[in-house]
Amino acid sequence: MSTIQGTSVLFWHDLRLTLRNPVWMLFAIAQPLVFLVFFGPLVTRTLGASGLSSHNAWQTFVPGVLLQLSLFGAAFTGFTVITDLQSGVLERLRVTPVSRTALLLGRVLRDVVILLFQAIVLLLIAIPFGLRADAPEILISLAFVALIGLSLASLSSALGLMLKTEESLGPLFNTVLLPLLLLSGALLPMSLAPGWLNGISRVTPFRYVLEAVRSTLQGHFAAVVVAEGAAVAVGMFLLAMFCGIRVYMRQGA
Amino acid sequence: MEIIVADGLARTFRSGKTTVSAVQGVDLSVNRGEIVGFLGPNGAGKTTTLRMLTTLLRPTAGTARIAGADIVTQAAAVRQRIGYIAQAASASPKHRVYEEMHLQARLHRMEPTLARRRIEFLLTQLELADLGHRMACTLSGGQRRRLDVALGLVHEPAVIFLDEPTAGLDPQSRSNLWEHIRWLREEQEATVFLTTHYLEEADALCDRILVIDHGRIIAEDSSANLKQSVASTVVLVEVDGDAASGVVVLEGLTEVREVTAMDGKTLRMSVGEDDDDRVVLDAVTALRAAGLEVRSFSLTRPTLEDVFFNLTGRALRDGAGV
Repeated sequence: MSTIQGTSVLFWHDLRLTLRNPVWMLFAIAQPLVFLVFFGPLVTRTLGASGLSSHNAWQTFVPGVLLQLSLFGAAFTGFTVITDLQSGVLERLRVTPVSRTALLLGRVLRDVVILLFQAIVLLLIAIPFGLRADAPEILISLAFVALIGLSLASLSSALGLMLKTEESLGPLFNTVLLPLLLLSGALLPMSLAPGWLNGISRVTPFRYVLEAVRSTLQGHFAAVVVAEGAAVAVGMFLLAMFCGIRVYMRQGA
Repeated sequence: MEIIVADGLARTFRSGKTTVSAVQGVDLSVNRGEIVGFLGPNGAGKTTTLRMLTTLLRPTAGTARIAGADIVTQAAAVRQRIGYIAQAASASPKHRVYEEMHLQARLHRMEPTLARRRIEFLLTQLELADLGHRMACTLSGGQRRRLDVALGLVHEPAVIFLDEPTAGLDPQSRSNLWEHIRWLREEQEATVFLTTHYLEEADALCDRILVIDHGRIIAEDSSANLKQSVASTVVLVEVDGDAASGVVVLEGLTEVREVTAMDGKTLRMSVGEDDDDRVVLDAVTALRAAGLEVRSFSLTRPTLEDVFFNLTGRALRDGAGV
């Protein structure tokens, strides 16, 4: 069986569980939704006072919430790997001839499909608040969400396989993801930051992705920042796939 | 014909700066159609050996072939030919029984019609026929274990590995599973390699037993031969008269290995398990001929537990009687 077939078999098998209880998918957007509703009006007013119009403020704020959803949603994949590892399910699958890459991708794709669904719901909810977005803007934003999701879900799966316990994976993500999220300028744009903070921010990857999505939602597709963001996102994706597949091939032969 | 061959199979684990040799050079061979038991205490290296043979763990030294395929360089071919029923439950708890079975069949590239027929057959054979739509987490312990077995058999593997198949099962479920394991060999013509630390399990099921301790195989034979070669039947004889004089009489019998007088009236002798009842009759006759009337005697046959104790100097399970 090819890797593609194997991936598809495992993808549908995993997705079936989600589709049986689709309500659970919405729980994951609870936190970003809280940000959108209880923090969004505050931020957009502050941004408006700092010179950005209210229209632009929502275009600036919503990408940050999308990034937050993507980071924490996709990072969760590693925990499901650990559950299957500890219960023995993963071991059973590894003794079948299915390709190791399919074992990684089936699960990652399932989680990215769920993530995209959540991102769409979030964008739709944001529209009545003041987000203006047409189909092309939304599609490009979702492409960025998909790339981040694929990268993080793969890395998270690989880490789950290596660390083997929730107790070690959980703190790792809290330590790494929250600073990366803040440094990306997801909550407030880095243009408001003092020089040193802005400097640190420039060496973290999600800043570029975030700026690209912001530019996209403001209708500037052809901007340099979009190209930069795309390059960073694709680079992260390739690196994450390489690491993920390598770990899946090596761990336990 | 040999279907499993291992040559110097070894595995070391590194933990911090120390290296631990879990398995240090296992040689073994299993013939097609055999049921072989891999017996040893916890931590002896059973599971590590099994994980190497099932391609889950790469050996640090040595080689092994299963049905002709090398476990390292031809891992995919090995996976196609083996079924592995691990110690841990292997069905995803929230999936339904038939979903898990179908996934397993598809991952083994089975043709759909064939797969459906095989799944139906297995679920019936393993008494799971009415449970196809149940989620795995709702099954009883015995049913879940049988589902694990069914999952390992979907693709009609030539060799089936079972790791502690009946650990944690109640006696009824255990003997029920034993029946299924015998059925594997008799009806499915499969070769079965199982690990256990239950002696009665090895005794009841296996044609041959490999005893592993500290990562090495220390004995290998049928259960009966192991008992005979390593342990003896112990006979206690109570006599009317002076036991010490009986010692001299019994020492004259060639089959008697060792005789001692326990107290004034009781003799203790050990004899080979083979023909032990005839030796006891001879002993009684000889004692009577010497004028010692036998009041009672008892005979304790060796168990694999004794064999294990004699081989390793320790009990197989903590706290088990020897």
